[in-house]
Amino acid sequence: MITSKQLTRKFGSKTAVDRVDLTLEPGHVYAMLGPNGSGKTTWMKMAAGLMKPTGGEILYDGQPVGISSRRFVAYMSTEPYFYNWMTVGDVGKYYQDFFEDFSMEKFERLLQHMELETGMKTRTLSSGMMAKLKIAVTMARDAKVYMLDEPFNGIDLLARDEIRRCILEEAKPEKVLILSSHLVEEMEAVADRAVFIRQGKLIEVRDLEEMRERDGVSMADRYREIYGHVEG
Amino acid sequence: MNFDPMTPIWLQVATRLKQQVATGALRPGAKLPGGRDLALQFGINPNTAARIYQELEREGVCDTRRGLGTFVTDREDRILALREEMALQALRRFMTDLSGLGMGAGDAIQLIQKEENTK
Repeated sequence: MITSKQLTRKFGSKTAVDRVDLTLEPGHVYAMLGPNGSGKTTWMKMAAGLMKPTGGEILYDGQPVGISSRRFVAYMSTEPYFYNWMTVGDVGKYYQDFFEDFSMEKFERLLQHMELETGMKTRTLSSGMMAKLKIAVTMARDAKVYMLDEPFNGIDLLARDEIRRCILEEAKPEKVLILSSHLVEEMEAVADRAVFIRQGKLIEVRDLEEMRERDGVSMADRYREIYGHVEG
Repeated sequence: MNFDPMTPIWLQVATRLKQQVATGALRPGAKLPGGRDLALQFGINPNTAARIYQELEREGVCDTRRGLGTFVTDREDRILALREEMALQALRRFMTDLSGLGMGAGDAIQLIQKEENTK
């Protein structure tokens, strides 16, 4: 569904994404892992069509990612992106205007689960509530690809269950979900595959249950093995 | 449910469901949630959930009827056998622990009797 071929992105002399060959298949939830600055966000922004590669290519169903693929991709960035005069309800309307696949009904249902109200002003929201709003508005789309950058950041333990549920609801055979997070433990049961990236390069893609069954190793264990002695 | 991330998730959920079948908490012939609902209920990946039913079916603990869903087996003999299997597994874990303390089956029997008498 999403294929990156020798995908590269340079910022001046720094190479953020370095010749990455990676294919993401429908019906899977991928955990994208790597320390800060390893290129996860840059890779996702290119897959979302928000940043152009400086080398290689990124394809959605065989076609280069661009304006036409953007409507199939729901991307949640780490940066806040609502105007501060907006209420929670305004954010929903704003998304409805932008995306044909946005469901107001689903948005309102998710808000309810997350204890958010449409009348709340976004500028008065705590960081945890803002994080939940971002998830709700992204997952209320009926996209083919969902990419969530740090969906668990700033979210308390109890609300994380709600986030996981919200993510799993869209984990369908025809869809791809990509989660990037430092909170590796939060993704152990939700993801079924892990993509390990280091210094812009792809290290490996692993099936998590197979890894547990064959090697008795968790995703967090593998994370430590790959990054532990390098980045400290 | 809290998972041990080093053990296959499907195995942990399958074991939980088998315990419920063995104890009767899940009644013989009861309808089980669909794969997607099972995934949501346990907070696990849907592919993992599908694997759970495959394994339980293979072991004869449940069966899937096309278009109807997955059901707990209604064969009493299978449920009794399952309970015995699970008891044996528990016994083996216990014996392994005791052997780590240098104790054997004779010691185990004595210990059990002593424990029962103090109740």
